[in-house]
Amino acid sequence: MRNPNEIVADALAAIQASPGLPALEQVKADYLGKSGQLTELLKSLGAMPADERKTAGARINEAKQAVEVALKTRRDALQQAELDRQLAAETLDVSLPGRGLAHGGLHPVSRTLTRIQTLFRSIGFEVATGPEIETDFYNFTALNIPEDHPARAMHDTFYLQSGELLRTHTSPVQVRYMQSHRPPLRIIAPGRVYRCDSDVTHTPMFHQVEGLWVDESVSFADLKGVLADFMRNFFERDDLPVRFRPSFFPFTEPSAEMDIGCVICGGAGCRVCSHTGWLEVLGCGMVHPNVFRHVDIDAERFVGFAFGLGVERLAMLRYGVDDLRLFFENDLRFLKQFN
Amino acid sequence: MQFSEAWLRNLVNPALDTPQLAHALTMAGLEVEALAPAAPPFNAVVVAEILSAEKHPDADRLRVCQVDVGEVAPVTIVCGAPNAAAGLKVPCARPGATLPGIEIKVARVRGVESFGMLCSTRELGLEGAADGLMVLPADAPVGEDFRAWLNLDDTLITLKLTPNRADCLSLQGVAREVGAITGAEVRLPQIQETPARIHDTVPLHVSAADACPLYLGRVVRGIDAQAPTPRWMAERLERSGIRPLLAPVDITNYVLLELGQPMHAFALSRLNGGIEVRLARAGETLELLNGQTAELAPDMLVIADAGGPVALAGIMGGQPSSVERATVDVFLEAAFFAPAAIAGRARRLGLSTDSSHRFERGVDYGATRQAMERATQLLLDICGGQPGPVTEAAAALPQRESIVLRLARLKRVAGIELDADQVMRGFGALGMQVERQGDSLVVTPPSFRFDLAIEEDLIEEALRLFGYDNIPAQPPAAPSRMLPQDETMLADDVLRQMLVGLDYQEVITYSFVDPAWETALNADARPLPLANPIASQLSAMRTTLWGGLIETLRHNLNRQQERVRIFELGRVYASQVEQPMKLGGLAYGDVQPEQWGATARRVDFFDLKGDLERLFGHALDSRRGAHPALHPGQCAELWAGGRAIGWIGALHPRLVQAFDLPAVPMLFELDSQALARRALPRHAALSRFPLVRRDLAFVLDIHTPAGELLTALREAASSQVRSIEVFDDYRGKGMGETQKSLAIRVVMQDTERTLTDREAEDAVQKLIDAALRQCNASLRA
Repeated sequence: MRNPNEIVADALAAIQASPGLPALEQVKADYLGKSGQLTELLKSLGAMPADERKTAGARINEAKQAVEVALKTRRDALQQAELDRQLAAETLDVSLPGRGLAHGGLHPVSRTLTRIQTLFRSIGFEVATGPEIETDFYNFTALNIPEDHPARAMHDTFYLQSGELLRTHTSPVQVRYMQSHRPPLRIIAPGRVYRCDSDVTHTPMFHQVEGLWVDESVSFADLKGVLADFMRNFFERDDLPVRFRPSFFPFTEPSAEMDIGCVICGGAGCRVCSHTGWLEVLGCGMVHPNVFRHVDIDAERFVGFAFGLGVERLAMLRYGVDDLRLFFENDLRFLKQFN
Repeated sequence: MQFSEAWLRNLVNPALDTPQLAHALTMAGLEVEALAPAAPPFNAVVVAEILSAEKHPDADRLRVCQVDVGEVAPVTIVCGAPNAAAGLKVPCARPGATLPGIEIKVARVRGVESFGMLCSTRELGLEGAADGLMVLPADAPVGEDFRAWLNLDDTLITLKLTPNRADCLSLQGVAREVGAITGAEVRLPQIQETPARIHDTVPLHVSAADACPLYLGRVVRGIDAQAPTPRWMAERLERSGIRPLLAPVDITNYVLLELGQPMHAFALSRLNGGIEVRLARAGETLELLNGQTAELAPDMLVIADAGGPVALAGIMGGQPSSVERATVDVFLEAAFFAPAAIAGRARRLGLSTDSSHRFERGVDYGATRQAMERATQLLLDICGGQPGPVTEAAAALPQRESIVLRLARLKRVAGIELDADQVMRGFGALGMQVERQGDSLVVTPPSFRFDLAIEEDLIEEALRLFGYDNIPAQPPAAPSRMLPQDETMLADDVLRQMLVGLDYQEVITYSFVDPAWETALNADARPLPLANPIASQLSAMRTTLWGGLIETLRHNLNRQQERVRIFELGRVYASQVEQPMKLGGLAYGDVQPEQWGATARRVDFFDLKGDLERLFGHALDSRRGAHPALHPGQCAELWAGGRAIGWIGALHPRLVQAFDLPAVPMLFELDSQALARRALPRHAALSRFPLVRRDLAFVLDIHTPAGELLTALREAASSQVRSIEVFDDYRGKGMGETQKSLAIRVVMQDTERTLTDREAEDAVQKLIDAALRQCNASLRA
């Protein structure tokens, strides 16, 4: 019988020398397989005398164990090396950009409208809409602006050849809404409006948000409270100065114009605020009883306030846009600045 | 309205500086739009007289002047102005003066010492001819400070008045308002009646008494129309933006500014017989003062004589009867024309005059006689002449009804309680008659306030005087009720965000477009035309969003953008009653942004369709259809809920060429409202049993749409069938010329038990039978 220790020595050398897992499995077969050297040695035990068989058997088993341990160690090492190689091979340049679609974006006017709606919804205003091609009745008459009223000259109105007109403000929605809903009511009406005017500071189409709150106890102080709250939240400036000045709109009485402290210069005076420190941002007032009369709401029982603000103006102030016309050129380089 | 601050302060002079006064006016609702200095800053300029002007010994174009500057001895000044001559009075800047852009020092000019500078208007920054020295009138006081003499330390105040405040379209009105808001004393001009010295009158007849309830006329004979307008008057007119022309005209303009009463002076010799105030007759025309010939409409009020209209009442006088330099006798008119009789007429004629602006808004009918007397007085003072008696045609003037202001109502609308006595005092200062009756004030507005008719008007006046800023801003108290949230409704905001997530950029394009785009996209389009467009390319209401989207694409392609994916959510316009909201989209260029490790591919029909399916699920059904703007083979009509709701496809190659596009954009437009309603999710039990998949390859006619086969299969599917999807469309080798193969994956599962092979086969067989029956599709061998 060949000395098991010699066989082990050969086996260990072969294990160490095996370059990869297939070679290692071959070494395993050579020594521990069906006709491997140690297996053959075990088979030869049967021919041995019984007293030798026991010790020889023990030695062969030790040898087998030694080879198995060495095999496992080597296998682990080779597997680890294989994994390391794989990992190294699969390593990415993670600094390369990701793939797929890009991301679009909302138009800044939409973005501003959404912001305005979110703020007003948070105190219970619902959103209402109305047609953009309007009748003279809804755009003017029902709003207490009769034919030939000088206030009509304040609105450069687009007319259709059919005699209807493009609404010059979102105020007609007030009338339509009050025709179909009874107080208490609280709405804002965002949308496109049109004036026949086009220059550096005017586009023939722009956006307004109309607001209306009608209830049994709504006051001018409430109007001031809601609008000051809105402006401060819109600009995220708790200390934003606001002021209200008497003004005139045929459909409100009393009427007011609201100014905010210039958000560009902080009130010091700049080109945007014409060096006054104030920016005119909206018109508002208490709903005129003639408007209530047109929609058959009891002006004695109910009081209401209404306001209308220009969306582009707020967007310009909020995002520092200095040219109104950019909003409707739809240059992607401009639009993507708001994504 | 623009005027001189000095003039206003002459009538009321509150202890406020200019910015404070402007702030007070603005906060009272008379918004100060601009404050401008009457003259640019300069100092040390005096009125001087040139005593002698000799040629400079060493310079041909210079003169050495001896100038009286009001000091003991004349000073020497070297002057280059060609009009420098002895006897002229001119402004002289003394050494130490600072003019716009120049500092004046004693200087040696070609060897002669010069002690100052004689000035042109330009050097002082004033308006007027720049050639040579500014020549002052002979009566200019030598030595007097030039600024003080011309009242140049004055400010031009421009008010942006709202249409309700016609009463402030005069200095008197503004002064009254300033008095009420500041408490300062108001000193209005004293107006005396001038008795007649001659008996001449022009017979008056008012046929339209509703439109003209009061007409005053007066003849003044023997005036000197060429008499110079006094400097103080010219200065006030100029600072109100009115150029002095001829004394009688300047006087009527001055009264208009001072009292707010538009007046007219006719040349008496040009009037033919008596005056009639009547409505114009059809076909009448009138040559106006501005040279325009107005075609008069029967609702226009005119002043006529025997020969026809001589003035457009309350708007503008006629040229033939206008006062000229040679006019000797005039007929002065001061009238009250009802706002409704004037409003809108000027605008229709393309006119806007100081007179129509006031009459449309309301002129104080209580001050008409005063205005006539004021004008007479000024005319006699300046032009001389003999006044006749004032003749008058009067009918029923407007009446100011008394208005009840309930103090409780005032409190309710204001949100705070105002002191009743303070309110009464304020109303009094505004010229109202106020009487307290219990818990109410009974108020009669003055004749000059056309805007006070109802209780709310008085509430505004009370709050205005109290100061809007003094009313607290309070958060309103309202019952806390949640807003309804319709979960099955896809909100526009959410839809927009979904599109943004699909890499579309929102755009907002004009609702009016070039009608040529409309007809190019659809020859049958009949876009509503605007009656008064600002430009032909913005002259028709859009019937589709595609025109704006394609224009946006072109705009961006011209700015080197190569990949454009945009959408717009907006209305299109068929009529006043039909203005549906549409969602339109356009995708152009590569399906993905250029990037590493991905093969570039241009966006195609199915990319866009996939985007719509991601937005709206499979509620959307695409059917073959033909749209004139779309490629006939790459175009589908979109259906949902049993009706056609839009289109998707590639822009027609003819239009790609017409719009000069380098490649084909993909477009969609649909009625997003039709898709907004979605089912509320409803849970169904999950099956614990295995799925069974079967792949079926059908051979069918190449023209049979896959959708038809899918519909047939889905309708025939038994309850165990979970899904039926296409996973391949094969044509070509192995297929007949007119055939294609569609590979369909069928997934089945039962919620109660594992499907047997037999059951699965039966279910599949039903599908195969349906395919054969309805689409003539057979299983591929």
